[in-house]
Amino acid sequence: MSEPSKTKFARWWKNLNVKHALGLPLVLLVVTTIVYFLFQPNIFSGGTISRLLTSNFRTWLPVILVTIGQAIVILSGGLDLSNGAIVSVGNVILALTVTSPDEPMKNLLMVLVVIGFGLAAGLLNGFFTVYLGLQPVIITFASSFIYSGLALVLLPSPGGAIPREYTNFYRNTQILGIPLALIIIVLVVLIWGFFRKRKYGRFLFAVGGNPKASYTTGVPVTWMKISTYILSGFFAALAAISYTLLTGSGFSGSGDEMTLASITGSVLGGISMSGGAGSVIGAVFGGVVLGNIRNIISSAKLDSWWRTLVNALVIVLVLAGPGLINLIRRKK
Amino acid sequence: MNDIQINESQTPEKKKKTFRISPPATALIVALALFLLSGLLPNGFNDWQTAMRQGLNILRLASFIAIIGAGQTLVIISGGEGIDLSAGAVVTVGAMLTYTIINGNNSLILPVLLLVIVTGALIGLINGLGIMYLKISPFVMTLGIAGVVQGALILLTKGYYDGRVAPIMTQIIARNLVFNIPGMIFVLILIGVLMTILLERTRFGKQLFAIGVNRLTARLSGVRVNRMVVLTYVIAGAMAAFAGFLLVGYTQNAGPNIGNQYLFPSIIAVAIGGTQMSGGKGSYFGTIAGAIVIQLITSLLTTMQLPQALQQIIFGSLLLVILVIYGREKGLRE
Repeated sequence: MSEPSKTKFARWWKNLNVKHALGLPLVLLVVTTIVYFLFQPNIFSGGTISRLLTSNFRTWLPVILVTIGQAIVILSGGLDLSNGAIVSVGNVILALTVTSPDEPMKNLLMVLVVIGFGLAAGLLNGFFTVYLGLQPVIITFASSFIYSGLALVLLPSPGGAIPREYTNFYRNTQILGIPLALIIIVLVVLIWGFFRKRKYGRFLFAVGGNPKASYTTGVPVTWMKISTYILSGFFAALAAISYTLLTGSGFSGSGDEMTLASITGSVLGGISMSGGAGSVIGAVFGGVVLGNIRNIISSAKLDSWWRTLVNALVIVLVLAGPGLINLIRRKK
Repeated sequence: MNDIQINESQTPEKKKKTFRISPPATALIVALALFLLSGLLPNGFNDWQTAMRQGLNILRLASFIAIIGAGQTLVIISGGEGIDLSAGAVVTVGAMLTYTIINGNNSLILPVLLLVIVTGALIGLINGLGIMYLKISPFVMTLGIAGVVQGALILLTKGYYDGRVAPIMTQIIARNLVFNIPGMIFVLILIGVLMTILLERTRFGKQLFAIGVNRLTARLSGVRVNRMVVLTYVIAGAMAAFAGFLLVGYTQNAGPNIGNQYLFPSIIAVAIGGTQMSGGKGSYFGTIAGAIVIQLITSLLTTMQLPQALQQIIFGSLLLVILVIYGREKGLRE
């Protein structure tokens, strides 16, 4: 019966795959979510899904935010190994200064300071890698030393306490049953979608796809690339704010694990490491998939010695999947 | 080594001479300056003998970075965004295998050395196959394999491991061999000579540079690109595992994280040594010089007894400064 609708679906699927590189991330998202739900008892009893969404998304939000920033940098053909360290600095600044709910103006100022730091750190990364023409892997790694050193200077041992009012607001706010963290993600994706359709988005993909051709056709390549590092710093600052609200305290190594997670998340989200292909919503999917994999492993009641291995194996196998399928197809 | 290269423009009318100092030479000059600087510190060296001893010690520590950097140099020269992030985990594997199996038994050294190199080569093979045949980006593939290797180590040891290094290894690697020079430095010289021959004098080396510059043209001129790249990752894995074997001979103790601290220094050493991160250009001599610079900076900061945080900030800033001096790649305009 459904010959036309099948082709319609096929066309939609092809468009999704080729134009947005979203096919695999979407499959992964659906599969990991279903597997995760299977591990949850009484998933269909009232409120369970809403509760899970709230608790998961508030935990994932920091990683998803840095992944979005990383995705934008990778799309333009760069790489940012310092975003985790920027998160650490932001987290430490907030933990040290935001201590009382009675000074809203000062707290707001400190949030702006953190965002300012993220932008400045991103600008520094961009200046060194793009303007001076240095390799992003090396430069952002070197600058991550500076940022994480700074975090350690500011807060040598874990501590600080964010007022409960703020953390509770972040952790438990729901609008129409949708958790705050999810709303933030949707907002970010919508805002990005707005820019993606305009000059900025087109230039970004052009620069990532072929910088030489973009340069000769008048795209401001240098500025475009620098702007992606600034955006990555900005998203790292947002991640720092949400991470601080999540944990309520400060730790100079808080962002250490986010750097590599942001890269893995981007790749799981279908973003090509050589730039120019992928989409930001894919990065969000990638971040969620990472969180799902971690949740599944912890709810599978796996022997704890197995966890690191299984986590890494799953990620490698998922990355190998498309390549394997292509190899088998070609053999036939 | 030519310290100064003269670049002449193609057209004879405009003979614009630009003097460019070669990166390995710059790195060595930086290293020498840092070393002399370290002598000025209150707890630095005062006489010739202490200076020699400290210099040799730094060389010995640098040689571990340099040997791990050997595989890294090959992988980076091979281009295609090549990088080996599994090197740290493979070093750990080499060290743990050596430590637990040898268990103080001299007669087991050679079989274990063979086992270590084969294991490293196998991990490298998986990296290479994934990168070339499954089209996974080297950065992500080697990062994922590093996780798998680390996970396998955790599972196999379950946090408990026991062993001992063989006495002969201690004798050769950690102690002084002849003229008060540690054996490790001879190993480094040997590897340095072998690597330079491999890169400059063999078909493998010529093809490696060719695929680093442009894989398509290399393939069209008859280089079997896939096989070359896989082979490069295999060698890199074997070298990293061998470095683990040497490292445990020096530290006399292995641990589940012994190799991780060497991963990024090995990559930075390659960059400081003037090997282009996009591939096709570089030398192992440069990597050795880069390793010495990194070890000197680290040792200098430790001798100054600065707090950890300040050390990190200074280390990062120095790296940026050194890389800005000559790590620049050609801009789009050129």
